[in-house]
Amino acid sequence: MSRELKFFQAINEAIDLCMARDQSVYMMGLGVPDPKGIFGSTLGLQQKYGDTRVMDMPLSENCMTGVAIGSSLVGMRPIMAHQRIEFALLAMDQIVNQAANWHYMFGGRMSVPLVIRLIIGRGWGQGPQHSQSLQAWFAHVPGLKVVMPTTPYDAKGLLISSIEDNNPVIFIEHRWLYNITGQVPEKMYRVPLGSARVVREGTDMTIAATSYMTLEALQAAEMLAADGVKAEVIDIRTLKPLDSALILESVRKTGHLLVADTGWKTGGFSAEIVAQLAEEGFSDLKSPPRRVGLPDCPTPTTRALANHYYPRAIHIAATARRMLGFNADGPALDVTTSVLLDVPDMSFTGPF
Amino acid sequence: MDTFNLPKETYRSLFEMMLRIRMVEEKIAELYPEQEMRCPVHLCIGQEAIAAGVCANLSRNDYVLSGHRSHGHYLSKGGNLKAMMAELYGKVTGCSKGKGGSMHLVDLSVGFAATPIVGSTIPIAVGTAFGSVMLNEQRVTVVFFGDAAVEEGVFHESINFAILKKLPVVFVCENNLYAVYSPLSVRQPEGKEIFELAKGHSVESYQGDGNDVIQVYKLAEQAIGKARQGNGPTFLEFKTYRWREHCGPYYDNDLGYRTESEFQKWKQRCPIERLKERLLGDRVLCNQDIKRMVSNLEVEIEDAVAFAKESPFPEGQFLLEDIYAP
Repeated sequence: MSRELKFFQAINEAIDLCMARDQSVYMMGLGVPDPKGIFGSTLGLQQKYGDTRVMDMPLSENCMTGVAIGSSLVGMRPIMAHQRIEFALLAMDQIVNQAANWHYMFGGRMSVPLVIRLIIGRGWGQGPQHSQSLQAWFAHVPGLKVVMPTTPYDAKGLLISSIEDNNPVIFIEHRWLYNITGQVPEKMYRVPLGSARVVREGTDMTIAATSYMTLEALQAAEMLAADGVKAEVIDIRTLKPLDSALILESVRKTGHLLVADTGWKTGGFSAEIVAQLAEEGFSDLKSPPRRVGLPDCPTPTTRALANHYYPRAIHIAATARRMLGFNADGPALDVTTSVLLDVPDMSFTGPF
Repeated sequence: MDTFNLPKETYRSLFEMMLRIRMVEEKIAELYPEQEMRCPVHLCIGQEAIAAGVCANLSRNDYVLSGHRSHGHYLSKGGNLKAMMAELYGKVTGCSKGKGGSMHLVDLSVGFAATPIVGSTIPIAVGTAFGSVMLNEQRVTVVFFGDAAVEEGVFHESINFAILKKLPVVFVCENNLYAVYSPLSVRQPEGKEIFELAKGHSVESYQGDGNDVIQVYKLAEQAIGKARQGNGPTFLEFKTYRWREHCGPYYDNDLGYRTESEFQKWKQRCPIERLKERLLGDRVLCNQDIKRMVSNLEVEIEDAVAFAKESPFPEGQFLLEDIYAP
C-alpha cells in the first residue's frame, strides 16, 4: 500500500533523499532552518545535515544566487528557496544573465546545476507583491528549465529530477498546493522533466493546465461531465522543456484546446501554448483555442476584488461550454464577498 | 624602494607577462580595423601590472573571475592564447567555441572565466570560494572588477557574505577612474576612497599603485597567502589608467571626456617602462634579454593570430547545441 503525504512533505522528502545520497547537494534560503521551515518543506533538514549544508542566508538574493552559481561551477549542487517568487526578482541578473547562459556561452564547457524553488500563490490578501505568477518570464529564457508540479507525487519526483539535472531549474510551487494530499512512494523515484501528464482522459475537449489550475480544471471537467462533455485534462508539469507533443496529440483527438494558467494571459505562458498549437495543429481545431488566466491588471489585495481576479473551475467550464456551442451562461458566475474564495480550504486561516 | 628583494626570476616573469599582455593587446588593436574580429573588445593597455602582479601569486588550481576587460587576467592566469585569439575571431577553436567572444573568455584548465555585466561575477567568485571551502579544497579565488562595480549593490552583498563566512577570496578593484566615459566625479562622492568601503564591511583593505607591478605583487602575495591560510577575504584597490578607448582599438582623447594631459601623465607612468628601467638599472635584465623576449612573443602572437584566422567557423547546426548540459 502506498503512503499518503502532503505536498510540502513530498518536497521535504525529495530534498532529504537527495542530500542523503549526494554530499554535494546543499540548501540555502532565508528561513530555511527557521521554525516554519518554508511552509514545512525544509523542517528537520538542518538537524539532520548540519548548518553548512542547510543554511539560512543574508537578505542578499542577487549575491546569494551568484554564490550558488559559483559553488555549482566547482562541484556543488545548490538548492535555493525563496518564500515568494517576488524575492527572486532581485536576482534576475544572476538567473538570466549568468545561470541561464554559462553552459551555452562558454561552448558547453561549464554547467550550472542549480535549483531555485519559488513560491507563487493566490488569496488571503497576498496582493501585488506576494503572489504573482511569473513563470512566463523564466520560461522565456533559453538555458533555464521551468517546473510547476501539481500533485505531491510529481512534486517529489520532479524535484529529484531537478536536483539531479545539470542545468538551472526554476521550480515553482503554488502555495495552495502545500496541504493537498496524495500517494507518494517512500523510495527515490524520478518524474522526467519535459513530460506532461494526462490526469483525466476525455474525447471532447482538451484542457491543458499549469500547477494549481490543474485542480480547477479537474473540477471543471466534472461540471462538464454533467453536460455529457468528456474533457481531457493535461497537467503541463514542465513549462520548459514543454511537452508540446502530448498537447498536440490530445487536440488531434478532441479538436478543442483550452489552456488554464495561474498567470496573466497577456504575454503569458498560455499564449505560448496556444501559439504552438496554432502553428503545429491548426487543422485539428474545430473551435478557436481559448485561455483562462489572469486579467491584465496587478493583483488586488482585498478579497472583494481578488474574487473577480482569480479564475476558478466555473470559469473554465463556462469557457469550455462556449467553445462547444452550448448555452454560454451555465451556472451563475456572480461572486459575492460572503463566499470565501480566498483560501484553498477551510483549514487555511492565514496569516501567510 | 624596497624593490629588489624578490627572486630575479620573479621580476623577469612579471616583466615578461606585462609585455606579453601589452603585445597581445597591441596586436588586437592593429588587426581590429580589418573587421574580422567582430565582437566588442575592451583592451587593458596601461593596466597590465595588476593582472600580472596578482596572478603571479596564484597556482593553476586557484580560480579567477573577471569582467569585460579580461584579456590581461586570462593571460596572466595562464589562459591559452590561441584559444583566446580564435574566440575573438568567432572560430570554433575558440575558448568558448565562438559563442562567447572577447567578453566571455574561459579556460577551465586554469580556473578562469569572465563575463561582462559590471559587478555580476563578484558573487560568483564568492561562490567558487564558498564551494572550495565546502569541498575542503585549498583553493583561493581572485575576482577582478573596476571602480564602477562598487556602485553595484551586489558588490556590498558579496563582500558581506565573504567576510561572514571568512571565505578565501581576494577582491581586486582596478580603479581606472572611468566607467565608459563617466568619470568618478559623477558617480562617487569627492574624497571617498574606494578601499575604505571594504573596511565598512569589516574587510581588511589596502590601496596601491596599480602601475607598480612590484607593489601589486606584494600586496597580492599577502592577501592571497592570508586567504590560503583560511584567514578570510581582503580587498585591494589599485589605481591605474586605461590608455585606449573604453571599447575598441583606438585612442579617444579627442572626445573630450578626459584631457590629453591627464592621459600623458599616466602614460609617463607606464607599468612596463617603469619596471624595465628598474631591472635594467639593477642588471636583472639586459637589453639583449628584452629583445629576445620581444621576438619570442612576436612569434607566439603571430602563431596565435594565424591559428585563429585559419580555424573554421562553427557549423550552422552548432547553433542549437549546448543549450542544456547533458
